[in-house]
Amino acid sequence: MSNAEESRVRVIGDPSARLFSRPGNRTPAKIVVKDLNAFFGKTQALKNISIDIPSHQVVAIIGPSGCGKSTFLRCLNRMHEVGGGTMSGSILLEGENIFQYDPVLVRRRIGMVFQKANPFPTMSIFDNVAAGLRFNGLSNRKKLAAIVERCLRRAALWDEVKDSLGKSGVSLSGGQQQRLCIARTLAVDPEVVLMDEPASALDPIATAKIEELIFELKQNYTIVIVTHNMQQAARVSDFTAFFYLGELIELNATKALFTTPAKKQTEDYITGRFG
Amino acid sequence: MKRHFEQELESLKTSLIKMGSVVEESIALSIKAVLNRDETLAREIIDGDERVNSLEMEIDNAIIDLLALQQPVAIDLRLILAVQKINNDLERIGDHAVNIAESALSLVRTRTEESLLELPKMAELAQSMLRNALDGFVHLDSKLGRAVLEQDDLIDELNRKTVTEVVNLMKEDRKTIEAGLDLIRISRNLERVADLATNIAEEVIFITHARVVKHRAGDKDTLPR
Repeated sequence: MSNAEESRVRVIGDPSARLFSRPGNRTPAKIVVKDLNAFFGKTQALKNISIDIPSHQVVAIIGPSGCGKSTFLRCLNRMHEVGGGTMSGSILLEGENIFQYDPVLVRRRIGMVFQKANPFPTMSIFDNVAAGLRFNGLSNRKKLAAIVERCLRRAALWDEVKDSLGKSGVSLSGGQQQRLCIARTLAVDPEVVLMDEPASALDPIATAKIEELIFELKQNYTIVIVTHNMQQAARVSDFTAFFYLGELIELNATKALFTTPAKKQTEDYITGRFG
Repeated sequence: MKRHFEQELESLKTSLIKMGSVVEESIALSIKAVLNRDETLAREIIDGDERVNSLEMEIDNAIIDLLALQQPVAIDLRLILAVQKINNDLERIGDHAVNIAESALSLVRTRTEESLLELPKMAELAQSMLRNALDGFVHLDSKLGRAVLEQDDLIDELNRKTVTEVVNLMKEDRKTIEAGLDLIRISRNLERVADLATNIAEEVIFITHARVVKHRAGDKDTLPR
Protein backbone atom coordinates (compact mmCIF):
# COMPACT_ATOMS: atom_id res chain seq x y z
CA MET A 1 0.00 0.00 0.00
CA SER A 2 1.44 3.37 -0.96
CA ASN A 3 1.82 6.17 1.59
CA ALA A 4 -1.01 8.11 0.01
CA GLU A 5 -3.37 5.14 0.17
CA GLU A 6 -2.35 4.39 3.71
CA SER A 7 -3.07 7.92 4.88
CA ARG A 8 -6.43 7.93 3.06
CA VAL A 9 -7.49 4.69 4.72
CA ARG A 10 -6.56 6.06 8.12
CA VAL A 11 -8.69 9.13 7.53
CA ILE A 12 -11.63 7.10 6.32
CA GLY A 13 -11.42 4.65 9.18
CA ASP A 14 -11.39 7.31 11.86
CA PRO A 15 -13.38 10.47 11.23
CA SER A 16 -11.81 12.13 14.23
CA ALA A 17 -8.31 11.44 12.94
CA ARG A 18 -6.08 14.45 12.98
CA LEU A 19 -6.48 14.87 9.26
CA PHE A 20 -4.69 18.15 8.95
CA SER A 21 -2.06 18.26 11.63
CA ARG A 22 -0.25 15.01 10.97
CA PRO A 23 3.51 15.39 10.59
CA GLY A 24 4.37 16.19 7.02
CA ASN A 25 0.99 17.70 6.25
CA ARG A 26 1.53 21.18 4.88
CA THR A 27 -1.71 22.53 6.29
CA PRO A 28 -1.46 23.09 10.03
CA ALA A 29 -4.65 23.10 12.09
CA LYS A 30 -5.95 26.55 12.97
CA ILE A 31 -8.58 25.22 15.34
CA VAL A 32 -8.44 21.86 17.10
CA VAL A 33 -11.76 20.64 18.48
CA LYS A 34 -11.55 17.71 20.86
CA ASP A 35 -14.44 15.75 22.39
CA LEU A 36 -16.89 18.60 22.06
CA ASN A 37 -20.32 18.03 23.59
CA ALA A 38 -22.97 20.73 23.45
CA PHE A 39 -26.30 20.90 25.24
CA PHE A 40 -29.47 22.92 25.27
CA GLY A 41 -30.64 22.28 28.81
CA LYS A 42 -30.64 18.48 29.06
CA THR A 43 -30.84 17.94 25.33
CA GLN A 44 -27.52 16.97 23.82
CA ALA A 45 -26.98 18.65 20.46
CA LEU A 46 -23.40 17.55 19.77
CA LYS A 47 -21.75 14.29 20.76
CA ASN A 48 -17.99 13.94 21.11
CA ILE A 49 -17.02 15.97 18.07
CA SER A 50 -13.32 16.05 17.28
CA ILE A 51 -12.24 17.98 14.22
CA ASP A 52 -9.18 19.90 13.17
CA ILE A 53 -9.91 23.00 11.11
CA PRO A 54 -6.97 23.54 8.74
CA SER A 55 -5.48 26.98 8.32
CA HIS A 56 -6.37 28.95 5.17
CA GLN A 57 -8.83 26.35 3.98
CA VAL A 58 -12.60 26.25 3.72
CA VAL A 59 -14.35 23.59 5.78
CA ALA A 60 -18.03 23.02 5.01
CA ILE A 61 -20.40 21.44 7.49
CA ILE A 62 -23.35 19.63 5.92
CA GLY A 63 -26.18 17.54 7.30
CA PRO A 64 -29.96 17.49 7.64
CA SER A 65 -31.83 20.02 9.78
CA GLY A 66 -31.23 19.46 13.46
CA CYS A 67 -27.96 17.58 12.95
CA GLY A 68 -26.05 20.10 15.03
CA LYS A 69 -24.15 21.87 12.28
CA SER A 70 -25.13 25.39 13.33
CA THR A 71 -24.61 24.53 16.98
CA PHE A 72 -21.13 23.33 16.13
CA LEU A 73 -20.37 26.59 14.36
CA ARG A 74 -21.70 28.63 17.25
CA CYS A 75 -19.52 26.70 19.70
CA LEU A 76 -16.43 27.72 17.79
CA ASN A 77 -16.74 31.38 18.83
CA ARG A 78 -18.68 30.78 22.03
CA MET A 79 -21.96 32.05 20.59
CA HIS A 80 -23.57 28.83 21.80
CA GLU A 81 -23.35 30.14 25.35
CA VAL A 82 -25.15 33.36 24.43
CA GLY A 83 -28.44 31.48 24.08
CA GLY A 84 -27.91 29.68 27.41
CA GLY A 85 -26.32 26.58 25.89
CA THR A 86 -23.57 24.66 27.64
CA MET A 87 -20.64 22.68 26.30
CA SER A 88 -17.76 20.47 27.33
CA GLY A 89 -14.55 19.40 25.67
CA SER A 90 -11.84 21.64 24.30
CA ILE A 91 -11.50 24.06 21.42
CA LEU A 92 -7.97 25.26 20.77
CA LEU A 93 -7.32 28.27 18.59
CA GLU A 94 -3.66 28.14 17.59
CA GLY A 95 -3.09 25.90 20.58
CA GLU A 96 -4.87 28.16 23.10
CA ASN A 97 -8.07 27.06 24.80
CA ILE A 98 -10.77 29.56 23.84
CA PHE A 99 -12.63 28.96 27.11
CA GLN A 100 -9.78 30.64 29.00
CA TYR A 101 -10.47 33.94 27.28
CA ASP A 102 -13.14 36.62 27.31
CA PRO A 103 -15.73 35.60 24.68
CA VAL A 104 -15.48 39.10 23.16
CA LEU A 105 -11.78 38.55 22.47
CA VAL A 106 -12.52 35.10 21.02
CA ARG A 107 -15.12 36.60 18.66
CA ARG A 108 -12.66 39.26 17.54
CA ARG A 109 -10.37 36.48 16.35
CA ILE A 110 -13.20 34.24 15.13
CA GLY A 111 -15.73 36.40 13.29
CA MET A 112 -19.17 35.33 12.15
CA VAL A 113 -21.49 35.99 9.23
CA PHE A 114 -25.13 35.06 9.67
CA GLN A 115 -27.82 33.63 7.43
CA LYS A 116 -29.73 36.87 7.14
CA ALA A 117 -27.73 39.97 6.31
CA ASN A 118 -27.97 42.23 9.34
CA PRO A 119 -26.34 45.61 8.66
CA PHE A 120 -26.86 48.19 11.40
CA PRO A 121 -29.99 49.89 10.05
CA THR A 122 -29.22 53.41 11.23
CA MET A 123 -25.66 53.41 9.93
CA SER A 124 -24.14 54.29 6.58
CA ILE A 125 -22.22 51.74 4.52
CA PHE A 126 -18.96 53.27 5.77
CA ASP A 127 -20.05 53.29 9.40
CA ASN A 128 -21.27 49.70 9.21
CA VAL A 129 -17.77 48.55 8.30
CA ALA A 130 -16.10 50.97 10.73
CA ALA A 131 -18.38 50.11 13.67
CA GLY A 132 -16.22 47.34 15.12
CA LEU A 133 -13.06 49.40 14.75
CA ARG A 134 -14.62 52.39 16.50
CA PHE A 135 -15.88 50.09 19.23
CA ASN A 136 -12.28 49.00 19.70
CA GLY A 137 -11.19 52.64 20.05
CA LEU A 138 -9.92 53.53 16.60
CA SER A 139 -10.99 57.06 15.66
CA ASN A 140 -8.35 58.25 13.16
CA ARG A 141 -10.47 59.03 10.11
CA LYS A 142 -7.67 58.32 7.63
CA LYS A 143 -6.85 54.93 9.16
CA LEU A 144 -10.55 54.06 9.35
CA ALA A 145 -11.04 54.98 5.70
CA ALA A 146 -8.09 52.84 4.64
CA ILE A 147 -9.37 49.80 6.56
CA VAL A 148 -12.96 50.29 5.35
CA GLU A 149 -11.75 50.40 1.76
CA ARG A 150 -9.56 47.33 2.19
CA CYS A 151 -12.39 45.34 3.77
CA LEU A 152 -14.94 46.39 1.17
CA ARG A 153 -12.46 45.38 -1.53
CA ARG A 154 -11.87 42.01 0.13
CA ALA A 155 -15.63 41.54 0.33
CA ALA A 156 -15.82 42.31 -3.42
CA LEU A 157 -18.20 45.21 -2.76
CA TRP A 158 -15.92 48.26 -3.14
CA ASP A 159 -16.55 48.88 -6.83
CA GLU A 160 -20.30 48.83 -6.28
CA VAL A 161 -20.40 51.20 -3.28
CA LYS A 162 -17.29 53.40 -3.46
CA ASP A 163 -19.34 56.40 -4.63
CA SER A 164 -22.09 55.97 -2.08
CA LEU A 165 -20.34 55.16 1.19
CA GLY A 166 -22.58 57.62 3.03
CA LYS A 167 -25.77 55.85 2.01
CA SER A 168 -27.60 53.66 4.48
CA GLY A 169 -26.39 50.06 4.67
CA VAL A 170 -29.93 48.78 4.33
CA SER A 171 -30.36 50.61 1.00
CA LEU A 172 -28.24 47.90 -0.63
CA SER A 173 -29.61 44.74 -2.26
CA GLY A 174 -29.73 41.54 -0.18
CA GLY A 175 -26.55 40.17 -1.74
CA GLN A 176 -24.73 43.48 -1.27
CA GLN A 177 -25.90 43.66 2.34
CA GLN A 178 -24.46 40.21 2.96
CA ARG A 179 -21.13 41.29 1.45
CA LEU A 180 -21.30 44.43 3.61
CA CYS A 181 -21.70 42.19 6.66
CA ILE A 182 -18.70 40.16 5.50
CA ALA A 183 -16.70 43.41 5.17
CA ARG A 184 -17.83 44.40 8.68
CA THR A 185 -16.66 41.04 10.00
CA LEU A 186 -13.28 41.42 8.26
CA ALA A 187 -12.74 44.95 9.64
CA VAL A 188 -11.66 43.77 13.09
CA ASP A 189 -9.09 41.54 11.38
CA PRO A 190 -10.26 38.07 12.45
CA GLU A 191 -8.21 34.97 11.72
CA VAL A 192 -11.23 32.72 11.25
CA VAL A 193 -14.56 33.54 9.62
CA LEU A 194 -17.59 31.41 10.46
CA MET A 195 -20.46 31.54 8.00
CA ASP A 196 -23.91 30.24 8.87
CA GLU A 197 -25.88 29.69 5.65
CA PRO A 198 -24.51 32.96 4.25
CA ALA A 199 -26.23 32.64 0.88
CA SER A 200 -29.47 30.83 1.69
CA ALA A 201 -31.55 34.00 1.41
CA LEU A 202 -29.93 35.15 -1.84
CA ASP A 203 -30.70 34.70 -5.54
CA PRO A 204 -28.35 32.58 -7.70
CA ILE A 205 -26.29 35.54 -8.95
CA ALA A 206 -25.75 36.97 -5.47
CA THR A 207 -25.04 33.43 -4.24
CA ALA A 208 -22.39 32.95 -6.93
CA LYS A 209 -20.72 36.21 -5.83
CA ILE A 210 -20.64 35.10 -2.20
CA GLU A 211 -19.24 31.70 -3.22
CA GLU A 212 -16.55 33.33 -5.34
CA LEU A 213 -15.78 35.61 -2.42
CA ILE A 214 -15.37 32.64 -0.06
CA PHE A 215 -12.86 31.18 -2.49
CA GLU A 216 -10.90 34.47 -2.50
CA LEU A 217 -11.08 34.97 1.27
CA LYS A 218 -9.31 31.75 2.13
CA GLN A 219 -6.02 33.31 1.07
CA ASN A 220 -6.23 35.48 4.17
CA TYR A 221 -8.62 33.67 6.50
CA THR A 222 -9.64 30.25 7.70
CA ILE A 223 -13.29 29.66 6.89
CA VAL A 224 -15.92 27.34 8.31
CA ILE A 225 -19.24 27.40 6.50
CA VAL A 226 -22.48 25.72 7.45
CA THR A 227 -24.79 25.08 4.54
CA HIS A 228 -27.79 22.93 3.83
CA ASN A 229 -26.96 23.29 0.16
CA MET A 230 -24.71 20.34 -0.59
CA GLN A 231 -23.80 21.64 -4.01
CA GLN A 232 -22.59 24.81 -2.40
CA ALA A 233 -20.43 22.84 0.00
CA ALA A 234 -19.00 20.96 -2.99
CA ARG A 235 -18.27 24.16 -4.89
CA VAL A 236 -16.64 26.24 -2.17
CA SER A 237 -14.92 23.97 0.31
CA ASP A 238 -11.66 22.08 0.58
CA PHE A 239 -12.92 19.76 3.32
CA THR A 240 -16.43 18.69 4.18
CA ALA A 241 -17.80 17.34 7.43
CA PHE A 242 -21.09 15.44 7.44
CA PHE A 243 -23.04 15.68 10.70
CA TYR A 244 -26.03 13.53 11.61
CA LEU A 245 -27.97 13.53 14.89
CA GLY A 246 -25.25 15.49 16.65
CA GLU A 247 -22.44 13.21 15.54
CA LEU A 248 -19.65 13.68 13.06
CA ILE A 249 -20.18 10.88 10.56
CA GLU A 250 -17.44 11.71 8.11
CA LEU A 251 -14.79 14.32 7.61
CA ASN A 252 -13.01 14.12 4.31
CA ALA A 253 -11.45 16.14 1.53
CA THR A 254 -14.43 17.59 -0.34
CA LYS A 255 -13.36 15.91 -3.59
CA ALA A 256 -13.24 12.54 -1.85
CA LEU A 257 -16.46 13.04 0.08
CA PHE A 258 -18.43 13.89 -3.06
CA THR A 259 -16.90 11.22 -5.28
CA THR A 260 -16.07 8.31 -2.97
CA PRO A 261 -17.54 8.93 0.48
CA ALA A 262 -16.15 6.62 3.13
CA LYS A 263 -19.41 6.06 4.99
CA LYS A 264 -22.66 4.67 3.62
CA GLN A 265 -24.66 7.25 5.61
CA THR A 266 -22.75 10.03 3.86
CA GLU A 267 -23.39 8.48 0.46
CA ASP A 268 -27.09 8.06 1.21
CA TYR A 269 -27.37 11.67 2.32
CA ILE A 270 -25.52 13.31 -0.56
CA THR A 271 -27.32 11.17 -3.14
CA GLY A 272 -30.71 12.03 -1.65
CA ARG A 273 -31.45 8.46 -0.49
CA PHE A 274 -31.55 9.38 3.13
CA GLY A 275 -34.05 7.96 5.58
CA MET B 1 -12.39 38.59 -13.08
CA LYS B 2 -12.97 35.01 -14.15
CA ARG B 3 -14.87 32.78 -11.82
CA HIS B 4 -12.95 29.98 -10.15
CA PHE B 5 -15.06 27.46 -12.08
CA GLU B 6 -14.23 29.11 -15.40
CA GLN B 7 -10.55 28.96 -14.51
CA GLU B 8 -10.89 25.24 -13.86
CA LEU B 9 -12.65 24.75 -17.19
CA GLU B 10 -9.86 26.68 -18.94
CA SER B 11 -7.31 24.51 -17.23
CA LEU B 12 -9.17 21.36 -18.34
CA LYS B 13 -9.18 22.63 -21.93
CA THR B 14 -5.47 23.43 -21.70
CA SER B 15 -4.71 19.93 -20.42
CA LEU B 16 -6.64 18.38 -23.28
CA ILE B 17 -4.88 20.59 -25.84
CA LYS B 18 -1.55 19.52 -24.33
CA MET B 19 -2.62 15.87 -24.58
CA GLY B 20 -3.63 16.54 -28.20
CA SER B 21 -0.27 17.95 -29.11
CA VAL B 22 1.59 15.08 -27.45
CA VAL B 23 -0.51 12.54 -29.38
CA GLU B 24 -0.20 14.48 -32.63
CA GLU B 25 3.55 14.35 -32.25
CA SER B 26 3.50 10.61 -31.48
CA ILE B 27 1.59 9.95 -34.69
CA ALA B 28 3.91 12.17 -36.74
CA LEU B 29 6.98 10.46 -35.30
CA SER B 30 5.56 6.96 -35.73
CA ILE B 31 5.03 7.68 -39.42
CA LYS B 32 8.55 9.07 -39.64
CA ALA B 33 9.84 5.89 -38.02
CA VAL B 34 8.10 3.84 -40.74
CA LEU B 35 9.29 6.04 -43.60
CA ASN B 36 12.89 6.09 -42.36
CA ARG B 37 12.86 2.57 -40.89
CA ASP B 38 14.11 4.25 -37.71
CA GLU B 39 14.34 1.73 -34.89
CA THR B 40 15.45 4.21 -32.19
CA LEU B 41 12.60 6.56 -32.94
CA ALA B 42 10.10 3.69 -32.92
CA ARG B 43 11.26 2.63 -29.47
CA GLU B 44 10.98 6.20 -28.19
CA ILE B 45 7.33 6.30 -29.27
CA ILE B 46 6.55 2.99 -27.58
CA ASP B 47 8.18 4.20 -24.35
CA GLY B 48 6.40 7.56 -24.60
CA ASP B 49 2.94 5.98 -24.40
CA GLU B 50 3.10 6.02 -20.61
CA ARG B 51 3.06 9.80 -20.68
CA VAL B 52 -0.11 9.77 -22.78
CA ASN B 53 -1.73 7.31 -20.38
CA SER B 54 -0.90 9.42 -17.36
CA LEU B 55 -2.20 12.57 -19.07
CA GLU B 56 -5.42 10.69 -19.81
CA MET B 57 -5.85 9.78 -16.16
CA GLU B 58 -5.08 13.33 -15.04
CA ILE B 59 -7.82 14.66 -17.31
CA ASP B 60 -10.24 11.94 -16.19
CA ASN B 61 -9.71 12.94 -12.57
CA ALA B 62 -10.22 16.62 -13.33
CA ILE B 63 -13.49 15.75 -15.08
CA ILE B 64 -14.75 13.71 -12.13
CA ASP B 65 -14.00 16.61 -9.80
CA LEU B 66 -15.74 19.14 -12.04
CA LEU B 67 -18.83 16.99 -12.42
CA ALA B 68 -19.03 16.12 -8.74
CA LEU B 69 -18.26 19.53 -7.33
CA GLN B 70 -19.44 22.16 -9.79
CA GLN B 71 -22.72 20.87 -11.21
CA PRO B 72 -21.98 22.19 -14.72
CA VAL B 73 -24.87 22.92 -17.08
CA ALA B 74 -25.46 23.86 -20.75
CA ILE B 75 -22.28 24.65 -22.74
CA ASP B 76 -20.11 23.95 -19.68
CA LEU B 77 -21.63 20.49 -19.29
CA ARG B 78 -21.32 19.79 -23.03
CA LEU B 79 -17.70 20.89 -22.97
CA ILE B 80 -16.86 18.60 -20.05
CA LEU B 81 -18.69 15.61 -21.57
CA ALA B 82 -16.96 16.22 -24.90
CA VAL B 83 -13.55 16.55 -23.25
CA GLN B 84 -14.11 13.19 -21.60
CA LYS B 85 -14.74 11.54 -24.96
CA ILE B 86 -11.97 13.38 -26.78
CA ASN B 87 -9.59 12.42 -23.98
CA ASN B 88 -10.44 8.78 -24.58
CA ASP B 89 -10.11 9.23 -28.36
CA LEU B 90 -6.67 10.81 -27.96
CA GLU B 91 -5.48 8.02 -25.72
CA ARG B 92 -6.58 5.51 -28.39
CA ILE B 93 -4.74 7.52 -31.06
CA GLY B 94 -1.66 7.29 -28.84
CA ASP B 95 -2.09 3.50 -28.85
CA HIS B 96 -2.29 3.52 -32.66
CA ALA B 97 0.97 5.48 -32.76
CA VAL B 98 2.49 2.68 -30.69
CA ASN B 99 1.07 0.05 -33.08
CA ILE B 100 2.55 1.91 -36.05
CA ALA B 101 5.89 2.18 -34.24
CA GLU B 102 5.80 -1.58 -33.59
CA SER B 103 5.21 -2.17 -37.30
CA ALA B 104 8.16 0.11 -38.04
CA LEU B 105 10.30 -2.12 -35.81
CA SER B 106 9.00 -5.17 -37.60
CA LEU B 107 9.83 -3.63 -40.98
CA VAL B 108 13.36 -2.97 -39.72
CA ARG B 109 13.67 -6.59 -38.54
CA THR B 110 12.53 -8.09 -41.85
CA ARG B 111 14.90 -5.74 -43.69
CA THR B 112 12.37 -5.19 -46.42
CA GLU B 113 12.45 -2.17 -48.62
CA GLU B 114 8.90 -2.55 -49.93
CA SER B 115 7.19 0.43 -51.48
CA LEU B 116 4.85 2.04 -48.97
CA LEU B 117 2.12 2.38 -51.64
CA GLU B 118 -0.56 4.85 -50.47
CA LEU B 119 0.61 4.93 -46.87
CA PRO B 120 2.44 8.31 -47.01
CA LYS B 121 -0.68 9.86 -48.52
CA MET B 122 -2.90 8.24 -45.90
CA ALA B 123 -0.55 9.37 -43.14
CA GLU B 124 -0.67 12.93 -44.41
CA LEU B 125 -4.43 12.88 -44.58
CA ALA B 126 -4.89 11.30 -41.14
CA GLN B 127 -2.56 13.86 -39.62
CA SER B 128 -4.34 16.71 -41.31
CA MET B 129 -7.69 15.41 -40.02
CA LEU B 130 -6.33 15.14 -36.50
CA ARG B 131 -4.85 18.64 -36.70
CA ASN B 132 -8.12 20.11 -37.96
CA ALA B 133 -10.16 18.29 -35.34
CA LEU B 134 -7.89 19.57 -32.56
CA ASP B 135 -7.81 23.09 -34.02
CA GLY B 136 -11.59 22.91 -34.13
CA PHE B 137 -11.57 22.11 -30.41
CA VAL B 138 -9.04 24.84 -29.58
CA HIS B 139 -11.07 27.53 -31.36
CA LEU B 140 -14.45 25.83 -30.83
CA ASP B 141 -14.85 26.12 -34.60
CA SER B 142 -17.35 23.69 -36.08
CA LYS B 143 -16.29 24.51 -39.66
CA LEU B 144 -12.99 22.76 -39.08
CA GLY B 145 -14.97 19.88 -37.61
CA ARG B 146 -17.10 19.64 -40.75
CA ALA B 147 -14.00 19.53 -42.95
CA VAL B 148 -12.76 16.54 -40.97
CA LEU B 149 -16.03 14.65 -41.37
CA GLU B 150 -15.87 15.14 -45.13
CA GLN B 151 -12.34 13.72 -45.36
CA ASP B 152 -13.20 10.50 -43.59
CA ASP B 153 -14.56 8.74 -46.71
CA LEU B 154 -11.36 9.51 -48.55
CA ILE B 155 -9.18 7.75 -46.03
CA ASP B 156 -11.51 4.73 -45.94
CA GLU B 157 -11.10 4.47 -49.69
CA LEU B 158 -7.30 4.72 -49.44
CA ASN B 159 -7.30 1.99 -46.80
CA ARG B 160 -9.31 -0.36 -49.03
CA LYS B 161 -7.02 0.38 -51.96
CA THR B 162 -3.89 -0.24 -49.89
CA VAL B 163 -5.17 -3.55 -48.55
CA THR B 164 -6.11 -4.74 -52.06
CA GLU B 165 -2.71 -3.75 -53.45
CA VAL B 166 -0.83 -5.40 -50.61
CA VAL B 167 -2.85 -8.61 -50.98
CA ASN B 168 -2.03 -8.67 -54.69
CA LEU B 169 1.66 -8.18 -53.91
CA MET B 170 1.54 -11.03 -51.42
CA LYS B 171 -0.15 -13.29 -53.94
CA GLU B 172 2.56 -12.53 -56.49
CA ASP B 173 5.52 -12.98 -54.15
CA ARG B 174 5.38 -14.95 -50.91
CA LYS B 175 8.50 -13.15 -49.66
CA THR B 176 6.47 -9.97 -49.31
CA ILE B 177 3.97 -11.54 -46.91
CA GLU B 178 5.70 -10.50 -43.70
CA ALA B 179 6.22 -6.89 -44.77
CA GLY B 180 2.80 -6.88 -46.40
CA LEU B 181 1.12 -7.70 -43.09
CA ASP B 182 2.89 -4.74 -41.49
CA LEU B 183 1.76 -2.46 -44.31
CA ILE B 184 -1.85 -3.60 -43.81
CA ARG B 185 -1.50 -3.08 -40.10
CA ILE B 186 -0.15 0.45 -40.58
CA SER B 187 -2.93 1.22 -43.04
CA ARG B 188 -5.60 -0.01 -40.59
CA ASN B 189 -4.07 2.02 -37.79
CA LEU B 190 -4.03 5.18 -39.90
CA GLU B 191 -7.64 4.57 -40.84
CA ARG B 192 -8.51 4.23 -37.14
CA VAL B 193 -6.63 7.47 -36.34
CA ALA B 194 -8.78 9.19 -38.97
CA ASP B 195 -11.93 7.65 -37.45
CA LEU B 196 -10.98 8.92 -34.02
CA ALA B 197 -10.19 12.36 -35.48
CA THR B 198 -13.72 12.25 -36.91
CA ASN B 199 -15.09 11.46 -33.45
CA ILE B 200 -13.23 14.46 -32.06
CA ALA B 201 -14.69 16.66 -34.80
CA GLU B 202 -18.16 15.38 -33.93
CA GLU B 203 -17.60 16.31 -30.31
CA VAL B 204 -16.59 19.83 -31.38
CA ILE B 205 -19.93 20.14 -33.15
CA PHE B 206 -21.64 18.81 -30.02
CA ILE B 207 -19.99 21.54 -27.91
CA THR B 208 -20.65 24.41 -30.26
CA HIS B 209 -24.09 23.50 -31.64
CA ALA B 210 -25.46 21.05 -29.07
CA ARG B 211 -26.02 18.68 -32.01
CA VAL B 212 -25.23 15.00 -32.04
CA VAL B 213 -23.93 14.21 -35.52
CA LYS B 214 -22.31 10.82 -35.03
CA HIS B 215 -23.68 7.72 -36.79
CA ARG B 216 -25.12 9.86 -39.61
CA ALA B 217 -22.51 9.41 -42.31
CA GLY B 218 -24.95 10.04 -45.19
CA ASP B 219 -26.59 13.03 -43.65
CA LYS B 220 -23.88 15.65 -43.97
CA ASP B 221 -26.15 18.32 -45.42
CA THR B 222 -27.95 18.62 -42.14
CA LEU B 223 -24.73 19.36 -40.26
CA PRO B 224 -24.49 22.84 -38.81
CA ARG B 225 -22.52 25.31 -40.91
